[in-house]
Amino acid sequence: MQRMRFAWIAAVGAVLAAAVAGAATAAHTSSKDVTLNLVAYSTPRPVLTKLIEEFRKTPQGSGVNIRASYGPSSAQGQAVANGLPADGVILNTGNDINDLVDKGLVDKNWDKQSYNGVVWNSVVVFGLRNGNPKKIKGWNDLLKPGVGAVTVNPFTGGIAKWNILAGYVAQRRLGKTDKQAIEYLRRFYKNNVVSQDSSGSNATNTFLSGKGDVLLTFESEAINGKIPFVIPRQTMLIDVYIAAVTKSEHKAEWNAFSRYLKTYPAQKILAENGYRPVNKQALSEYRSKFPVRPGETTITNKLLGGWRAVDKKWFDPSKSIMQAIESSLGVSTGS
Amino acid sequence: MGRYGLRVVALGYLTLILIAPLAMMVWRTAEDLDGAWAAITAPDTIAAFELTLKVTTIAVVVNTVFGIICALLIVRGNVPGRGFLNAFVDLPLSLSPVIVGLALITLYGANGWLGWFQRHGHEIVFATPSIVLATIFVTLPFVVREVVPTLREIGTEQEQAAHTLGASGWQAFWRITLPSIRWAVVYGVVLTAARAIGEYGAVALVSGNIAGETQTATLRVEDAYQFSYGNYAPAYGIAFVLAATAILVLVAMLVLQPKGARH
Amino acid sequence: MTTFLLVVVVLPIAAVVWKSTGNGWSGFWEVVSSPQAVAALKLSVITATLAVLTTAVFGTIIAWVLVRDSFAGKSLVNAIIDLPFALPTIVAGLVIMALYGPRTPLDVTIGSFHFDADITFTRTAIYVALLFVTLPFVVRTVQPVLIELDRELEDAARSLGASGFTTFRRIVLPAILPGVLSGVAMAFARAIGEIGAIVLIAGNLPFKTEAASIHLFYRIEQDPEGASAVAVVLLAISFGVLLGIGAVRWHVTRHERG
Repeated sequence: MQRMRFAWIAAVGAVLAAAVAGAATAAHTSSKDVTLNLVAYSTPRPVLTKLIEEFRKTPQGSGVNIRASYGPSSAQGQAVANGLPADGVILNTGNDINDLVDKGLVDKNWDKQSYNGVVWNSVVVFGLRNGNPKKIKGWNDLLKPGVGAVTVNPFTGGIAKWNILAGYVAQRRLGKTDKQAIEYLRRFYKNNVVSQDSSGSNATNTFLSGKGDVLLTFESEAINGKIPFVIPRQTMLIDVYIAAVTKSEHKAEWNAFSRYLKTYPAQKILAENGYRPVNKQALSEYRSKFPVRPGETTITNKLLGGWRAVDKKWFDPSKSIMQAIESSLGVSTGS
Repeated sequence: MGRYGLRVVALGYLTLILIAPLAMMVWRTAEDLDGAWAAITAPDTIAAFELTLKVTTIAVVVNTVFGIICALLIVRGNVPGRGFLNAFVDLPLSLSPVIVGLALITLYGANGWLGWFQRHGHEIVFATPSIVLATIFVTLPFVVREVVPTLREIGTEQEQAAHTLGASGWQAFWRITLPSIRWAVVYGVVLTAARAIGEYGAVALVSGNIAGETQTATLRVEDAYQFSYGNYAPAYGIAFVLAATAILVLVAMLVLQPKGARH
Repeated sequence: MTTFLLVVVVLPIAAVVWKSTGNGWSGFWEVVSSPQAVAALKLSVITATLAVLTTAVFGTIIAWVLVRDSFAGKSLVNAIIDLPFALPTIVAGLVIMALYGPRTPLDVTIGSFHFDADITFTRTAIYVALLFVTLPFVVRTVQPVLIELDRELEDAARSLGASGFTTFRRIVLPAILPGVLSGVAMAFARAIGEIGAIVLIAGNLPFKTEAASIHLFYRIEQDPEGASAVAVVLLAISFGVLLGIGAVRWHVTRHERG
């Protein structure tokens, strides 16, 4: 009976202690005027946290509280469609935004905003091991036997889509036909891809924990992860898009935030954190940090034809090039 | 196989699967105590612990009340369909947490049957209410399953005696029934709390993952891992706190087992 | 009470089943027969089965040792059996990764021979994670039976000349079989739906290490109807197996019901 009593007292004591601790550390936000909900993709969390802080110091931003949710780009887009509260989104593929347009959640003229709806840029790079022992420089090096590539699942994370398109365009630029370029990708996925994480952040982790020889990622992610990298000659200029959600009740505040992100001070912060600015002044100031590669291509290039065309041809989960490639991987066995 | 052989096999298996990995995690946490501590005391982490505490408390209270009533009905009730009741109560145990999350989104999401709330500013999914609902769902069975066998064992003589002496139903319940099942209830509460604290799959789907607001402790661990750029000390640190809580739960179970445990 | 249960338990499941029919029967079939879904379901069923069988064997041995043997620290060992039950699954994943992940200390290179215990991104990772989470189930259902088992029968058998193994097979095993089966059923239901313990360690290589739960997790965002269809199939498999094991158990205990 003594044991029982002791246990009882200990349990009650623990609960009380926890309650007191909880109460003591309860963070109370003083009542702010407005709370904005930002839904974004995963990797820019550190820089966005900084930018939100800076925004709140500006006159337009004072009294504005911003709650941010981060996750894989496509997953976040769908969550907004399912009711995740959002005043605006920052996503890294056009079709994630287009899906929201089709559902009436984003205005169809979102890309007529300043800079075509783009808030920052990056490029596709190869993250490498120290010293680059496998001497990886270009896309054909990725096919070398024994080279393991870490990438992202194209059906959940946006980074993968840019990587795949960059690989395709690189092959086309080297003179291959459409069929040959797709075959390159098929061989790459079959022989060299060792992991497809759900999001960019997870892929970076996987690489940093020792898996693979090369990480296909954004330049910004490689810089922030302090991963040595090389920008292949043929690469894609990645757009990261920002759009307001139509049913937002705080459109004025969101637009203020959105505008702030494209101003010189904010873009300077972005540049310092590894993101390519869209603002002309910041861009020219940091030009040396962000070289332009001769084979840099954009999504609107006629080889690709913009996001709607790309999405249908490449990333439709029921029938598309990537769906076929991923299915064909199922034929091989092994762990 | 001789006695020693069996013992070696048993302990060897436990070491490989349970003890060695656990020891390794503690070791890794100890390797970078500063990083671990910084993560444990970060505001987002404190908020996550608070949320977990809040949700767990609600789930425990709701399922204790529900559990006792349900157990009484199953053992003593004469309602038709109590066989069904028994079966349904066990349902959450066989359900994948992912399916629980899917069910909640399907039902309460903006396009769901009960999507009215979501669309009109009373967010359920991607907000705390769905976290609470998910947790209540997955912890449903525990108190019931512990109380039912105890109720069966003790029978109804004492309550009947009380009735003949003039006690009302409520008095009999409060003074006789409840005390007689209290250790089963406590044990069930401990199991409920452990499961509630540990819930991940369903909550990962429905929470909206807003750090500092709708992240539970388990989501916070995954978050710390995801954004760690390869440095796992923060994730291990927070995980260590949860593991320590689990050990406390184990101690409670160990101490209470003779009284309340019916496996 | 029934309304409470109805709202909390039945309604959400009904919604999922309903949603799965969103694209009609042909849509349903198309999704669940798609190579990726089939691969994910197969992977979950196979790893769950293997893990549960392993747990059944070792769980029984552990239960035996805990009941019949005695050694220093036994009560401590008995206590930690419940750890996988009390531990959050995501922590379980990290715990396994600490020892069997990329920075494992179990890393040996002798000349051209290399062994390391890094199992991340392999199916073995899923298997080991499931071993961890299902450990308590069989142990805890067999222990009470062993405790109550009348040793006289075994002693009698032995005195009649039966070997230890025969005694086990003919006297102990039939007695504990219902308990083993109960544990197996619960373990299987748990294993096939597990997500927290495997999400970090297994990665999600489609067709290779993507379990049904992970497949569902990401599909929900893309395609709720398809996800519901896969969920319904997973539910059907779970219930089928549970019913099957229940039937076996009923058959095995028929002599008890006279």
